[in-house]
Amino acid sequence: MHVLTGFVRFWYDFIIGDDWMIAAAVAITLVILALLAHAAPWFLLPVVVILALGFSLWRATR
Amino acid sequence: MSGAFLVLASFLASAVEGVEALTIVLAAGVTRGWRSTFVGLGAALVILAIITAILGPALTVIPIDALRLVVGGLLLVFGLQWLRKAILRASGYKATHDEAAIYQRELAAAQSSDRVTRAGLDWYAFTLSFKGVLLEGLEVIFIVVTFGATAHQVGLAALGAAIALVLVVAIGVAVHQPLTRVPENVLKFAVGLLLSSFGTFWAAEGAGVRWPGSDAAILGILAVLAVISFLYVAVLRRQYEARELQTAA
Repeated sequence: MHVLTGFVRFWYDFIIGDDWMIAAAVAITLVILALLAHAAPWFLLPVVVILALGFSLWRATR
Repeated sequence: MSGAFLVLASFLASAVEGVEALTIVLAAGVTRGWRSTFVGLGAALVILAIITAILGPALTVIPIDALRLVVGGLLLVFGLQWLRKAILRASGYKATHDEAAIYQRELAAAQSSDRVTRAGLDWYAFTLSFKGVLLEGLEVIFIVVTFGATAHQVGLAALGAAIALVLVVAIGVAVHQPLTRVPENVLKFAVGLLLSSFGTFWAAEGAGVRWPGSDAAILGILAVLAVISFLYVAVLRRQYEARELQTAA
């Protein structure tokens, strides 16, 4: 069990790192885009990326 | 065009991780001997090569849209992690990576550790070198495999990584010290931008988005993200300096 949790924690730190909210924002946006498929607005993900990055930086520096 | 960026991203990421791995290998080799250190290095490289050989082809059999959605999303999150830390370092909120200090710390730890011999090897040197190269190498493999598989050019991504590693090793052998002059944060900033931009493009495309200008949209995403990132650095740096002045006063 200890090995399993260590393995999961390693990959969590490796990919997601310090701020899980960025990963959550990206995941939610991709789900929305996938549901909308070809009707999805192309600018949605870049806008979410910029806002999520800015919000994360603000949280890290306040 | 994406081929050139692919090689560049792999090269830069591998150079950064290679420098960090070199510091650990040098510390182990200088204090504990080179034989055990090189065996640990070689064992880690073999495992990394096996992982790449399995994952690379395995990812390419997945339908391209699903691959781009999931792997592109992972690449985007990973790239944003690098970019976020690079912005915090550039603005002063996070300490920059001090390779010289890390080398001294590893040297001290290696010198003070007990000598344990297993299978004819200095076990500390073997495990330090093995773990250091494996962990740094996993980041390289992640970028090479995800970036390369999504672009259907794993070989090209691996080429960029191989060139960087050969260069780092050659320079490391020549100077026989950690490479402290490498502008690590600049490289991490660039890699973060590239991975985030390509991750954004591919993940959205995998979800069904039609980008205006098709592949050329990558350049637009890269340009906008670069400008925004530099703005974030400028704003945060000004904020940091103002706080430092307030604290000093």
